[in-house]
Amino acid sequence: MNEDDLRQMIGRVQRGTLSRRGFVRRLAAVGLTAPMATQLLALAGISPASAQSLPAYRPGRRGGGGPLRILYWQASTLLNPHFAVGTTNQDASRVFYEPLAGWAQDGTLVPILAAEIPSTDNGGLSADGRTVTWKLKRGAKWHDGQDFSADDVVFNWEYGRNPAVAAVTSGSYRDVNVTKVDDFTVRVEFERPQPFWADAFVASRGMIIPKHLFQNFAGANSRDAPANLRPVGTSPYRFVSFTPGDTLRAELNPSYHMPEHPFFDTVEVKGGGDAVSAARAVLQTGDFDYAWNLQVEDEILKRLEAAGRGRVDIVEGGDIEFVMLNATDPHREVEGERAHISTQHPAFRDPAVRQAMSLLLDRNAIEQFIYGRGGPATANFLNNPPRFRSTNMRWEFNLNRANEILDRAGWVRGRDGIRAKDGVRLRFVYQTSVNTPRQRTQAVYKQAAQRAGIDLELKSVVASVFFSSDVANPDTYTKFWADMQMYTTTMPQADPQLFMNQFVSWEISTRANSWQGRNIVRWRSEEYDRIFRESEGELDPVKRAALFIRMNDLIVGSNHVIPVVGRPRVRASLNNLRPVLSAWDNDFWLLGHWFRET
Amino acid sequence: MTQYLVRRLIIAIPSLLGISVILFTVLALAPGDPFEELATNPAIPPDVRANLRASLGLDDPIHVRYLSWLLAMLRGEWGFSFVSRSPVADLILQRLPTTIAVIGAAQLLALAIALPVGIYAATRPYSIFDQIANTLAFVGFSLPTFFTGLLFILLFSIYLDWLPFVFRTQIDATGWRWWWEQLRQSIMPVLVLGLFQGAAWTRFVRSAVLDVIRLDHVTTARSKGISESAVTMRHVVRNAMIPVVTLVALQMPAVFGGAIVTEQIFRVPGIGSLLISAILANDTPVIMGVTFVFACLVVFFNLVADVLYGWLDPRISYR
Repeated sequence: MNEDDLRQMIGRVQRGTLSRRGFVRRLAAVGLTAPMATQLLALAGISPASAQSLPAYRPGRRGGGGPLRILYWQASTLLNPHFAVGTTNQDASRVFYEPLAGWAQDGTLVPILAAEIPSTDNGGLSADGRTVTWKLKRGAKWHDGQDFSADDVVFNWEYGRNPAVAAVTSGSYRDVNVTKVDDFTVRVEFERPQPFWADAFVASRGMIIPKHLFQNFAGANSRDAPANLRPVGTSPYRFVSFTPGDTLRAELNPSYHMPEHPFFDTVEVKGGGDAVSAARAVLQTGDFDYAWNLQVEDEILKRLEAAGRGRVDIVEGGDIEFVMLNATDPHREVEGERAHISTQHPAFRDPAVRQAMSLLLDRNAIEQFIYGRGGPATANFLNNPPRFRSTNMRWEFNLNRANEILDRAGWVRGRDGIRAKDGVRLRFVYQTSVNTPRQRTQAVYKQAAQRAGIDLELKSVVASVFFSSDVANPDTYTKFWADMQMYTTTMPQADPQLFMNQFVSWEISTRANSWQGRNIVRWRSEEYDRIFRESEGELDPVKRAALFIRMNDLIVGSNHVIPVVGRPRVRASLNNLRPVLSAWDNDFWLLGHWFRET
Repeated sequence: MTQYLVRRLIIAIPSLLGISVILFTVLALAPGDPFEELATNPAIPPDVRANLRASLGLDDPIHVRYLSWLLAMLRGEWGFSFVSRSPVADLILQRLPTTIAVIGAAQLLALAIALPVGIYAATRPYSIFDQIANTLAFVGFSLPTFFTGLLFILLFSIYLDWLPFVFRTQIDATGWRWWWEQLRQSIMPVLVLGLFQGAAWTRFVRSAVLDVIRLDHVTTARSKGISESAVTMRHVVRNAMIPVVTLVALQMPAVFGGAIVTEQIFRVPGIGSLLISAILANDTPVIMGVTFVFACLVVFFNLVADVLYGWLDPRISYR
């Protein structure tokens, strides 16, 4: 987007052919924050829009907020973001460390340790899409008083990509090149044009650790760094004490780089226990201010909310619970491999069967009676941020139509009521992990399928087996040696590039890649592959969004993937607490903005 | 005596080795891996996960892993946790004080209930006191701790709002206030465990005392005109304590091991909750460390019980 486009767009807003919201969204797609977009509008004489990425921070002073008590039913065990397996440890690290920028709930970037978000206008993004130049905030200090500078940022790149360190974040750093331009400027270079450039140094995998404390531990001895358990960061709260698997305590950082922040004097994150009693401790007794990830039946949450002390926060993201219909035959071995890529599923190769399967899934009942607010029914695989959401897909629960379609395709009911054609019976093994809502969903699906002459054999596997990468185990979800399976796939970033690679042909999960490929349904489409490749190099955000919408329509339209419900984040907080949450970043991504209403 | 101790300790070595082999194999055969959460995260490439596994030696064959674990253990290195990357010994030591305080208090409470109630009930069998004590003891050990724990939380925390149900290791207070807060948050876990244990022990103490009280030497002592309390304490209880000591001694490892369920319910950061979170995360070194400590303690306290027999009953000799 160049200056002319921008002026034209501002003109359209002035004439009223483009809404202010649409304008903000378009700018957001190029990486400009909503406040910046509204600023542009203000410069052009248009009143600032109400659409803001961040809620207002009202205290207007630093400190005086007393203690903030947070309850995690999973306890954090270490405080080095580069080793953080799982969100609990990422969140705990985020209390002390900050990235250059974080993702707001509306999918826009918010500068944290960066002075501004790189854009083509401020020269941060090169026209060829191969370099990003980050300008760092001046005056930010580590908790021990040292200055934060470009050296720290470059160090994190070296640290994260070093195989001897074995960092969880290495995926974000090994394919980029990072150079220091001056003390407060860093350049990230990509080998190819990169429309999604905000991965390294951004959000959960971008937290910056101090060079001066980690430089002697940047190899095989990384485990011995004392700072792994005694972090020194740049955040609004500094370290007090930490017991792995139990409690984390922090106190206000008086020299934080954002004036008037933070509000609370101390922060305590207590871990352990179970989700229901965590919800109870916030909603019913008010012992704690905030509770994380309440995978609890909505019924129970509503009952606890009735106590009137707290509320449930629903944060909509891109995570989705979905059913996949195997494209290959899991019951036949070819070259000693089940579900070999050269095979076709005997029943699911017929589009009529797949369409019927989609019509038999009663998403409305699943939303209403199983997930409640924690699982809105959806027809799309890619739901968020809204600019990538397709409007072409519909879902429907229709027994009659399913029966009609199967009849027309020649699937005839046998004596036992199960349909068959050419010796292929519609009898499918349907697997998922052990988890009450999933078993109930399975039951709902089975009942409907039965009435259409399809028999579903339900199978549930313990989560630690189902989701493991254990090559020797036949029941893992990546092997998918069943006809159908169901689970939630997560979308950790506000950009769908990584999310949508689960259906490209070169990611197919096979023995050759030890079943580590991301395309587990083993569906292949030349058109999808081509569009995905195109999206990898497409720098125009509007065109790129259209490509992703097309990808969603292709995979959902094939009915090999049947979306069930979205899985928003469910949290609980006291009525007077004002947390700033985002589905695209850690819970504590902006802990310095949290405050208590008085 | 010394010879006996040395022999017992030497016999303990092969049994500990056997225990460690079984534990290690079972853990290695159990499905799942510590990086389950990484598996569903699209932002983490599979080879990063494979690297992590390799760096922790998870891809080596079982016997190689066992030998390296055993050699490290012999050198006094307990290994480090896959999940927190901190040494196992530190993790266990960090949690030991809380566990010993809470569970130890519960065991003391149990003893304080079981001994007097059991002895008194046995000296007056089938009296009203005995009947009531028996009934309560039955109720006590029939209710599992996870159930009484939840009942206590509902009653004392939710309806009455007297006690907190989240145990906090660090309390922002000093002096008397600290002790008061500590007491308030410990009451429920200690009661839950103590009453359960106490109920079981009461039954045991009662029957042990009843066995002895009918013996001839007790009648003789009484007929010599010794006061009833002296008879009970000197001639009955001392003899009746032998089986009780075995039971209590074998229960001692549990003091260090924590009470897994209760610790989880009240969020007491003890060894039990360390073990359960390690099992859930497939964190083999921590599971090995904790269970191995248990095994050692069981062997050790068995020995302690045997030695105590000799003190209680001089007729028992060690050869």
